[in-house]
Amino acid sequence: MTKIMYASITKKIIMSLAGLFLTSFLVVHLSINLLILFDDSRQLFNEAAHFMATNPLIQTFQWVLFLGFIIHIIVGLILQIQNWLARPVRYDHKGSSELSFFSKYMIHTGAIVFIFLIIHFANFFVKAKFGHLAEIQYESGTYEDLGILVVQLFSDTGYVVFYVVAILLLGFHLEHGFQSAFQSLGLNHSKYTPVIKLAGTLFSIALTAGYIAIPLVIYFS
Amino acid sequence: MGKLEAKIPQGPLSEKWTNYKAHQNLVNPANKRRLDIIVVGTGLAGAAAAASFGELGFNVKAFGIHDSPRRAHSIAAQGGINAAKNYPNDGDSVFRLFYDTIKGGDYRAREANVYRLAEVSNDIIDQCVAQGVPFAREYGGLLDNRSFGGAQVSRTFYARGQTGQQLLLGAYSALSKEIGKGSVKMYTRRDLLDVVIVDGRARGVIMRNLITGAIERHAAHAVVLATGGYGNVFFLSTNAMASNGSAIWKAYKKGAFFGNPSFTQIHPTCIPVHGDYQSKLTLMSESLRNDGRIWVPKFAEDAEKIRKGQMKPTELNEDRRDYYLERRYPAFGNLVPRDVASRAAKERCDAGFGVGTTGLAVYLDFADAIQRLGKHVIEARYGNLFQMYEKIVDENPYETPMMIYPAVHYTMGGLWVDYELQTTIPGLFAAGEANFSDHGANRLGASALMQGLSDGYFVLPYTIQNYLADQIRVPAFKTDLPEFEKAEKEVNDTIARLLSINGKNTVDSYHRKLGLIMWDYVGMARNKEGLMKAIGMIQELRDDFWNNVKVPGRNEQVNPELEKALRVADFIELGELMARDALSREESCGGHFREEYQTPEGEALRDDVNYTYVAAWEHKGEKAEPALHKEPLVFEFIEVKQRNYK
Amino acid sequence: MDLTLKIWRQASAEEKGKFVNYQVQNISHDASFLEMLDILNESLVTKGDDPVAFDHDCREGICGACSLYINGRPHGPDRGITTCQMHMRNFQDGETIVIEPWRARPFPVIKDLMVDRSAFDAIIQAGGYVSVRTGGVPDANAIPIKKRDADLAMDAAACIGCGACVAACKNASAMLFVSAKVSQFALLPQGRVEAQERVQKMVAKMDELGFGNCTNTYACEAECPKEISVANIARMNREFLAARIAAPKE
Repeated sequence: MTKIMYASITKKIIMSLAGLFLTSFLVVHLSINLLILFDDSRQLFNEAAHFMATNPLIQTFQWVLFLGFIIHIIVGLILQIQNWLARPVRYDHKGSSELSFFSKYMIHTGAIVFIFLIIHFANFFVKAKFGHLAEIQYESGTYEDLGILVVQLFSDTGYVVFYVVAILLLGFHLEHGFQSAFQSLGLNHSKYTPVIKLAGTLFSIALTAGYIAIPLVIYFS
Repeated sequence: MGKLEAKIPQGPLSEKWTNYKAHQNLVNPANKRRLDIIVVGTGLAGAAAAASFGELGFNVKAFGIHDSPRRAHSIAAQGGINAAKNYPNDGDSVFRLFYDTIKGGDYRAREANVYRLAEVSNDIIDQCVAQGVPFAREYGGLLDNRSFGGAQVSRTFYARGQTGQQLLLGAYSALSKEIGKGSVKMYTRRDLLDVVIVDGRARGVIMRNLITGAIERHAAHAVVLATGGYGNVFFLSTNAMASNGSAIWKAYKKGAFFGNPSFTQIHPTCIPVHGDYQSKLTLMSESLRNDGRIWVPKFAEDAEKIRKGQMKPTELNEDRRDYYLERRYPAFGNLVPRDVASRAAKERCDAGFGVGTTGLAVYLDFADAIQRLGKHVIEARYGNLFQMYEKIVDENPYETPMMIYPAVHYTMGGLWVDYELQTTIPGLFAAGEANFSDHGANRLGASALMQGLSDGYFVLPYTIQNYLADQIRVPAFKTDLPEFEKAEKEVNDTIARLLSINGKNTVDSYHRKLGLIMWDYVGMARNKEGLMKAIGMIQELRDDFWNNVKVPGRNEQVNPELEKALRVADFIELGELMARDALSREESCGGHFREEYQTPEGEALRDDVNYTYVAAWEHKGEKAEPALHKEPLVFEFIEVKQRNYK
Repeated sequence: MDLTLKIWRQASAEEKGKFVNYQVQNISHDASFLEMLDILNESLVTKGDDPVAFDHDCREGICGACSLYINGRPHGPDRGITTCQMHMRNFQDGETIVIEPWRARPFPVIKDLMVDRSAFDAIIQAGGYVSVRTGGVPDANAIPIKKRDADLAMDAAACIGCGACVAACKNASAMLFVSAKVSQFALLPQGRVEAQERVQKMVAKMDELGFGNCTNTYACEAECPKEISVANIARMNREFLAARIAAPKE
């Protein structure tokens, strides 16, 4: 029973579901982030941040999100360790088979994205939740000015470079991960799989471009 | 002579097998558990038999030479499997399949056996479909059939060009099921080195573990040999590298008679030889002859130009081509039986019309078929074969005709068996290509798979019980009997001797020499002088081998050279017996063509008065001449005619 | 053509292996890769050296015995063929060819380039069959099968069990092999009957034997000599998921 519960395919299915779920979070996160580019007063962004931080439903869902991350990371690590163990003696000649390119580096891109996540978390989430942020007055009321934190951080060259690189790697991770999730769930079809693959690539590019646009616009303006 | 009792049941032909089954002895379920059966070889016949024995409740030990039963050479059969289903409604019947098989075998097979084969052919198809074998189907969802050489109906079931593979994987899955259940114990990478006889009955085997070199003893109440054919006597053949005749040869030396050893099938459609380093020949399925047309240039000067590379076959006009099979055999055309097609190709090449750089090739042309049906149809039918051809020859057969030439493919001869598939040694059975039984002097296409599965699934599971029924009081054997001791010692001595010769010639060099002797004198065309010469040459080769062969390494390791040496030692002896058999049969029949006995048109000329018998050879000791026993073939139900495919 | 061969030599499973370089001369472009190795072995035997052990048998691409990892690719540089079908015209004169055995925990090296692939048999024994006995089956045409399904089943059934998928996979995963068998039977009504039990048993055995997990790199499909599609892997995932959801309480 336990064997079947944690069968390789079960783990892959968990990975893909968690991955797709986290992808949906990336979309929501990006749409809020982009608000910062729309007005210099950062009002839209700060209002949205406030909503996200105070809405009870979102607050509850936040824990589900954490859980998603943890599952994706832990199961991913287990799979990777098993995969390494499955070939104790490596080949001498570098493998030159044709394959889905980014699939080779999922653990590497994943690991760097994870480090980014921790730093990102410390920079924003911890400060917003537990630290003290400056307040800003709008017509609709007083809000914590999370936006200024973003602007400050994105003025730092080193941070911008780090951010852009991390997001690019996230894009690579997504490029393979998106279509891979469908395959793991058994959704492969001669007609639709090419569409999914293309959609995954376009989606990864769009998402990456969206995330990267923010620090670049702020840095150069 | 009492030994050659074929045990054919009484009654009309169509009732013999039913009668046999109705009156044979059976073993009750409680006793089956106490009886051990050894099955050597896990190809179609062996895997099917072992699985079926396991299902019945016997204790089975199965042995294979490969790392997995799935690699047995049955896997390489391409074209299909015959059955008398008559699904196409084109007039087929059990009798017609029986008749075609007997006729195709040039009236040198036993009526009752062949009829039984035709009878169970339908059960085989049912069984395989139930196992999940993905046979080709029509759009309506029902099974598709194609036609094959030597028949005027479409009765061949197929799974693309990989029918043997799919049938073997079916039998392998059935075997795997039994291994998983524990009723069959599988021993892989084992070579049979001797059969152990206790009180006149086969009671065990001596095996060599090909990984560790350990010599093992295994005992059982009955032993089944399903180790395939011995076409590799010819060195170059379509057989796999490991295919060998050692198991049946050891049985022969222990007293089992060898039936019709010289009956060898030379398959007409193989890729021609291309170099002296070549290790094997590749078969192009006979099914290609359904759509391909065989020809050579009509004029010798064109053939000459083509051989020199000055001209391409596609440049030759229709009126400068000789479609010799269509010309000589208008009724069957390109679909004449294999022996006829092979000889016709050899005749044209010998006469100087051959193509290819060596002049030993003829064309198999698909241009007409592609024009008539479209390239996609040809691709769907033969795509994998065309791809295989292109990889080997580096020419595109969609654009230029294929080159083919006959090559050794199958041995109709094998251990002599009675109706129960039992050899002259009680308790020793032989199935599939390893026995001589059903194909006479020539096997029809798509009949080897049928016979292997028939023997394995539907014949042996019955007949072996008839033997085992009186063995139920015999307790399981111990392997410390003196007979086992002695057999093991002999095996060890042989191995030690081979390893100690330390001569200067490799095993392969002897095998190649043997192959050339066999091909030149015991091949497609034989004559008295050549055969006598061959016997002398083989005897010399044998002495040379035992004095000058070089086998490196030790026994206690993976030692492919030692494996080969043991096999080639047997091939040399077997080759001699083949030549003797060919010499003693002073007629031409099926694959056995004696140049002295032919019609004015060059067709095989049988001598039914003197040679309507099975030649069963008995071993009389090392270096002593073997004794010939004759099992007369009685045709009660059909009229023996001159084969005519015109 | 003249070639340098860098070949993995290992006397037995227990002993340590190493690469050894060999030179071969005057190899014909029309020779097959294994015939080239035959020539090397013949010269080794003549010198009294131990020939290189490798698995091979039918030499026409169907038995699945040959299994060489050549220059970083199972079955070498050409697509859709086995090592025995590959001819030397795929290589350049003077080239160095690196030849390694399949590498995977469940495929231990036996000697040199020979590996033990009995793990595949164990997976089939766990459930890769239809549980019918000999005899007593319905007429072959009793159940019509959609031609497309029969063709797809045949595509999957073409697997020769060589293990190139495992060898090519960076994770040494056997998913393509297992899914080909699962798919063949899942597509046919005869196999459908016990499809749910089959997929669970076979996957459990595959995991137990220590094969890696599938990360959808698709290298298996690219290297499969029979070009078996990864669509079979998706089908197996689907079958497995459905079987787990539908499985009754134990």
